[in-house]
Parts: sequence; structure tokens; C-alpha cells
Amino acid sequence: MSKSAILSSSIAKKWWMSLTGLFLCLFLVGHLLGNLQIIFFSGDEGQRVFNEYAYFMTHNPLIKLLSYLTYFSILFHAVDGIILTFQNKRARPIKYAYSKPQKNSSTPSRYMAILGSAILIFIIMHMSNFWGVMHFDKNMPLHTKNLVRPDSSYQKLYLTTNGTFLPVEQVEINNKTELIDKELNLKIGEGYKDLHSLTVSFFGHNKTNKGFPPNKYAYLAVILYVFSMAVLSFHLWHGFNSAFQTLGISHEKYNSALSLFGKIFSVLVPLAFASIPITIFLTK
Amino acid sequence: MKLKLKVWRQKNRKEKGKLETYSLDNVSEHMSFLEMMDVLNEQLINDGVEPVAFDHDCREGICGMCSMYINGQPHGPDRGVTTCQLHMRKFNDGDTIYIEPFRAKGFPIVKDLVVDRGAFDRIQRAGGFISVNTSGNTQDANLTPVPKKDADKAFDAATCIGCGACVASCKNASAMLFVSAKVSQYSLLPQGKVEAKRRVLNMVEQMDKEGFGNCTNTGACHVECPKEISLENIARMNREFLKASITSEK
Ligand code: HEM
Ligand code: SF4
Ligand code: FES
Repeated sequence: MSKSAILSSSIAKKWWMSLTGLFLCLFLVGHLLGNLQIIFFSGDEGQRVFNEYAYFMTHNPLIKLLSYLTYFSILFHAVDGIILTFQNKRARPIKYAYSKPQKNSSTPSRYMAILGSAILIFIIMHMSNFWGVMHFDKNMPLHTKNLVRPDSSYQKLYLTTNGTFLPVEQVEINNKTELIDKELNLKIGEGYKDLHSLTVSFFGHNKTNKGFPPNKYAYLAVILYVFSMAVLSFHLWHGFNSAFQTLGISHEKYNSALSLFGKIFSVLVPLAFASIPITIFLTK
Repeated sequence: MKLKLKVWRQKNRKEKGKLETYSLDNVSEHMSFLEMMDVLNEQLINDGVEPVAFDHDCREGICGMCSMYINGQPHGPDRGVTTCQLHMRKFNDGDTIYIEPFRAKGFPIVKDLVVDRGAFDRIQRAGGFISVNTSGNTQDANLTPVPKKDADKAFDAATCIGCGACVASCKNASAMLFVSAKVSQYSLLPQGKVEAKRRVLNMVEQMDKEGFGNCTNTGACHVECPKEISLENIARMNREFLKASITSEK
């Protein structure tokens, strides 16, 4: 009984739901703090800080492990959630002709599967817009900096992971990021992928887009992003506290504080996420 | 007052049912909902129509037999009452009232508004008891001290009358509130600790077998429960189930 109970009982399916859900909440906090750098730092410094951060996030082994755990959690949470939802539909084969669920439960609590599915669609779009382009697009540009000469002409330089700069004319790019000296035919550095410019040009509607065409549909991207964050907020409005109830964490002394924290979390985190594309759209 | 009733009629377990419309002209607002149903049945019998089958017994809110999903809510619009305690003054002259059976896979319809809630009995039998010596050497219950707070909570859980409104109101037809009340009423007391692990594992296993859905913590059950059983019991059962499934030998 107990072995199968951990995997297949109704309560166990819910533990996995809540454990993966709460892990994703932690992920949201980390992801948010990383992303906020893009609006807290500006100009060349902002570009550099963000691209170095992106490099760290894709190369540090511990972060890699965390990211696999995140992909797994999203998949598991989504599949488990969909299984639960179908089982729950089957538990009432004939629907009521007339029902007033609004009298006894909150709206988000009744639409978790729809909200979750919308989040899943958002995650897929979001990853193909950024993660996908960054990892798989052959034309993903590298971080460059313009040096202004006294005669006010420009020298374009690649920033390398050693912190040095290499003139663009001197090198050619191999294998997406390797900087090869044209004369020596030797790798003399590695560039940073310019995720900063990719992001800014995706949500911003003008100029400064190094190597990127301006996004005509930036306003649409911003609207969709903000909408998705509202969906996330509703999902967490019910989900955050529900997860603790599922794990049996309930105590008169702490319940009201925990509930308040859950409400603040579910509004604040999506709001802070949404502020990023809005700021980019308005300022860049 | 005058009422229009839309009542679910279904001959037996197998046949498909449908809503039939009836009119009642002379309903007193002092009647209970069940008395209104009695008046309807008398009228139907006079008209040569088969009366509506519905469950009832004590008619004072303690047996849990009366059911009915009234205007979109189990036991109707009032809070903390059963259908037998619901008064017609909660409705207005000229109202249309929908009356349906409790709907869940675990509660098959027997006839009209009567559903088979035997699933609850089977869950109870799976672990909702304590083993005591009844051979004449019965120990005085008061010899075992119980903290007042625990006794109160156990008693609150024990006020569950097994009516099934929790299942009927839940969008997932989950029986968690009922089962957790039955688990809690024993597990809070020293007498219930001996069989605690087995109890929660077996009762949850039976609950799943009966085809009830999975709890998503919407809280509808607590709002519609005539005894206002607390959601804290569900958290307690989740906790006990986690502990038991990790530490039990089986
Ligand atoms: C960043 C993304 C997400 C976060 C932070 C998140 C978080 C949560 C949390 C904390 C819960 C409550 C768990 C519980 O009640 O025990 C939950 C429930 C749920 N989630 Fe998500 N979720 C996310 C994405 C998704 C996705 C992509 C789906 C896909 C379909 C989904 C579907 C569901 C469903 C159906 C429930 C209700 C399950 C239940 O209450 O039993 N979620 N989520
Ligand atoms: S928990 Fe409440 S609604 Fe559910 S069976 Fe017990 S008394 Fe009825
Ligand atoms: S008839 Fe007994 S509770 Fe309503």
C-alpha cells in the first residue's frame, strides 16, 4: 500500500503538484531577480551586466542542474495537473443542470487547469523567443561595444569572457561564440551572446538594436507578456496557499500570516515581471 | 407563495433522467423544504403522477439523510443547515427552484433525488473505528486524560453527519472533507492513535476506489457543509497520510 500510495494515491498526486509548484515559485524569484538587472542597469553597463549574467546562467554546472530540475518540474506539474483534471471531470459524469459555484469558492480556484494551460503556452512561446534563439539561432549576435575615436568614427569591439576587447575586423566567429584571429587562424577568445540586445529589441520599439531589426510587434509582445503575468497571478492566488494545505502545513498561529504572504507573493512577483517589458517598451 | 419547481425525475439507476416542471400554488413560508416536497407529492398523487422519491429521516438536521441540490447548492442557499432545516422563507413568491440529486460517480442515483451513499459506509468500514474491549472489562473512557482543546477539535470533527454535501458541492466530487473529519475525530484522541496509520491509509485507499475526485482545495465543501467542518481536518489528513505512507511497514 504505502509504496504505491506515494505515487498513485489521490493525495500523493497532489503532493507532487504542490512540491513542483512551490519549486517553480522559488524559480520565479530567482528568474525575476536576474531579469530585473535589465532595467536596473542602463547603457553599456546594463548590457554587460546582463550578458555576463546570461553567460553565468548557461555555464555554471550548479545552475545547469537547477535548470534541468526546473524543466522537469514544469513538465511534471503540467502532466500531473492535466491527469488530475481529467480524473476530476470523470468523478462527476453527469453535470448539474444548474449550479452556483461562485457561492462557495473563489474563481481562480475553479480555473487552475485553464490558467495553468495558458501559462504552459506562455512558457513555450517565451522559451522559443529567448532561450530558443539564444541556443539555436545561427545569427545570434555577440556582445559588441562601440569605441568612439577622437575623429568621432567608430571602432566596433567584441567583449570576450576574459574581459578583453577584440576589434571586429580582426576575428571571425566559429561555432557561434569562438573568436578566431583571421591571420593566425587561432581561437583568441570567446564572445558573450548578446541576450540583452535581443531582449531590448524584442520589447523596445526603436533604434539601438545592435544587429536586430526593430520589432514592429513590440507592443503586441508587451501586451501578451503582461496578460500572461496576470494569468500567473491568478494561478498563484489560489495555488500558493493551496500547496501548503496539500502538504498539511496548516496551523492556527501561522495560517493568516502565510495566507497574507501568499496573496502578496502572487501579486508582487507577476507585477515585477510585467514591469520589465513595460519599462523597456517605454524607454528603449 | 407560488413556486415553479424543476425536479430531476429518473426511474431507476439505468434509465436516463430529465428535469420535469411542476407548479405549486399554496406554499407557506413557514414550511421546511421537505414539507414543501410533501405538499408537491400529495398534489402529484392526486393528479395520478408518481410522487418524487427523496431521502429524509430525522428532519431535524442530525441524520444526514436529506440531500438535494437546490438552486445550484447542496441543501439550498442557507448556510450551515440541512435541507430539512431549510425554510421556504428563504425563497420568494414566483421563484423557480431547481431540485437535483447530489451528483457524483461515487453517489449513483437510485431513483429521482435518491442517491446511494453506500460509498461513505465502505470508507468508514475501512478504518473509521477504534478497537476496544467490550467483553465486560471495558475501561472507563475518563481514565485517559485528553486535553480540552483536542477533545473539542475531535468533537467538532465528529459532528459530521455523513450527508455528502461536501462531495455534491465540490467541482471535483472529492470526498476529502468527509474522510478527513472521520480520520480526525479519532486521530486527535489517545484512543485513536493505536490504529492511526492503518486508518488513514485504508480510508484514503477506499475513497480513491469509490471514484471520488482529487481535492484541489477550492474550499466549497466547508462552505456548504451543514456542520461547517473545518478545512484544517483536510490538512491534518494530508499530514497523517504523508507520515503513514512513509513510515508504515506495509
Ligand atoms: C511558473 C509556473 C507555475 C507555477 C509557479 C505553478 C504553481 C502552482 C502551485 C503552487 C499550485 C498549487 C498546488 C497545490 O494545490 O497543491 C499549482 C496548481 C496547479 N497547477 Fe500550476 N504552476 C505553474 C504552471 C502550471 C502549468 C504550466 C500548468 C499546466 C497545465 C499548471 C497546472 C496546474 C493545475 C491544474 C493545478 C491545480 C492542481 C490542484 O490544485 O490540485 N500549472 N500550480
Ligand atoms: S463533512 Fe459536512 S458536508 Fe461532508 S458529509 Fe460531513 S457533514 Fe456532510
Ligand atoms: S432529514 Fe435528517 S438531517 Fe435532514
